Amino acid sequence: MKLQLKIWRQNGPSAPGGFKDYPIDNVSPDMSFLEMLDVLNVELVKKGETPVEFDHDCREGICGSCSLMINGNAHGPETGTATCQLHMRKFKDGDTVVVEPWRAKAFPVIKDLATDRTAFDRIMAAGGFVSVNTGNAPEANSILIGHDTAESAMDSAACIGCGACVAACKNSSAMLFVSAKVSHLAQLPQGHPERAKRVRGMVTQMDKEGFGNCSNTGACEAACPKEIKLENIARLNREMMRAAFTE
Amino acid sequence: MASLKIFLKSSVGRKFLVGLTGLGLSGFVLTHMAGNMLMFVSPEAYNTYGHRLITNPLIYVAEVGLLVMFVVHMGLALKLALENKVARALAPSQNPSNCEKDARFGSRYMALTGILVLVFVVLHLITFKYGPYYPVTYNGVEMRDLHKLIIEKFKSPLYSGWYLFSMLVLFVHLAHGFSASFQSLGLFSVRQCLIKKLGWLFALIVAGGFFIQPIYGYFYGGN
Repeated sequence: MKLQLKIWRQNGPSAPGGFKDYPIDNVSPDMSFLEMLDVLNVELVKKGETPVEFDHDCREGICGSCSLMINGNAHGPETGTATCQLHMRKFKDGDTVVVEPWRAKAFPVIKDLATDRTAFDRIMAAGGFVSVNTGNAPEANSILIGHDTAESAMDSAACIGCGACVAACKNSSAMLFVSAKVSHLAQLPQGHPERAKRVRGMVTQMDKEGFGNCSNTGACEAACPKEIKLENIARLNREMMRAAFTE
Repeated sequence: MASLKIFLKSSVGRKFLVGLTGLGLSGFVLTHMAGNMLMFVSPEAYNTYGHRLITNPLIYVAEVGLLVMFVVHMGLALKLALENKVARALAPSQNPSNCEKDARFGSRYMALTGILVLVFVVLHLITFKYGPYYPVTYNGVEMRDLHKLIIEKFKSPLYSGWYLFSMLVLFVHLAHGFSASFQSLGLFSVRQCLIKKLGWLFALIVAGGFFIQPIYGYFYGGN
C-alpha cells in the first residue's frame, strides 16, 4: 500500500507546530498503525531526519499509552479499538491520512504526537483508589457481589485511561474517564467507605486541571476504545449529588 | 454544608443546576404552548385565560420564579460554555476535523440556540407583554384583547417568519436539552434510549404546538 501521511510536527510544548507531508511506500495491510509509523521512522532515521515522536507501550490495547487523532477520529476510524490495534487494511491504497496529537489544554503536547496526560494521574491520586491494607489475597466468597453488579463494575473498570474521550469531546471534558473510575469503585462494597470523599476529590481535581464541562454530546462514548458507556457519567452525577449531603 | 458548597461549585453541580432550571423552563414552555392553544377555541376563551392569569396574585411569585430560573440557567450555562472554549485549545494551524463522530447536531449548538431563544424571549415580551393595550369586554368585565394583538402580529409575514424560525431554534435546543437534563441530574441510565426519544417527542410537541399558531393566525386569523 501507498499512503500520503500528513503528520503534526512540534518541537516542544510552546514551540509552534505544523503539518508535514510524508509519502510512504510498502505499507503492509497487516501492519498495525503504530508499526506503519515505525516503518516511517526507520526511513526518517536513515535519511538523517528526526523521527516522529509518539506514545506507545503494550501494543495490545490494554495499557492506554497510545493515542493519535487519525483523520479527525480519536484512535482512528474503527470503533472500540485503540490505535495500536488498528490495522492498515482499514485504509485504502493512495489514501491521505492526517495524524494529530490529542487536542486539549489539559494535555499539552510534549513533542510531535506525544502529549502529557499526567493530569489523569493527578485525578487518580485525588481519590481513585481504595485505602486498605491488602496483605494476602482474601477468600473470594467472604464478600458476596451479585453477578450483574460485578459485570457492571468490571465494564467501568475496563477504562484504560488513554484520554480518547477528552480528545473527542468538543469541550475537552474528562467526564467519561472520571466517571468510569468513580463508577467502578462506587458499585463495589470495597469502595463504599470512601465513596463521597473519592468523588469529591476526583471531580475537584478534574475541574482544577482545566478540562471542560460535559455537555452530554456522547462523542466520548463513540470514541472510547473500551466502549465505556455514558451511563457512567449519569452515575458520577448521582454520586456527586449524594456526596453533597455526606460529610 | 461544606460538601454541598463543593458540589455546587464543581462542574457537576453547576450542570445539575442548569439541568434542573432547564427542566423547569421546559415545563413553562409546555404550559405556555398549551394555554395558547385556546386561540383555536375562541378569542373569548383566549382572552379570559390571559385575564385570569394576570389577575391571580400568585402571578408575581411565578414571574419571580421564572426570572430566577432564566438567570441561573443562562448565567451558569454561559460560564460553562466559556470554560469549554478555553479547555479546547487548538494549535494555530491545526485541523478542527470531524472528530465529533457521534455528537448530535443540537448538542453542538446549545449556546448559540440558547442565545437566539433569549433574543426571542426579550422581543416577545416587548411585543406582547409590554405591547399595545386593546380593551375588550366580556360579560361586563373589561380585559385586554390579546387575541387581536397576536392576529395583528401574525398577519405580518416578517413577524410570522421570525416566529417560525425561533420555534425551529427552540426545537433544536429542547431536542437535546430535555433529555440531557436527565443525564445531568444523574437519572439517565438503563432507559437512556427511551429518555432520548422522550426528549425528541417533547421538543416536537412544544415547538410544533407553537409552530401552528402563527400559520393559523396568518392564513385564517380574523375570519
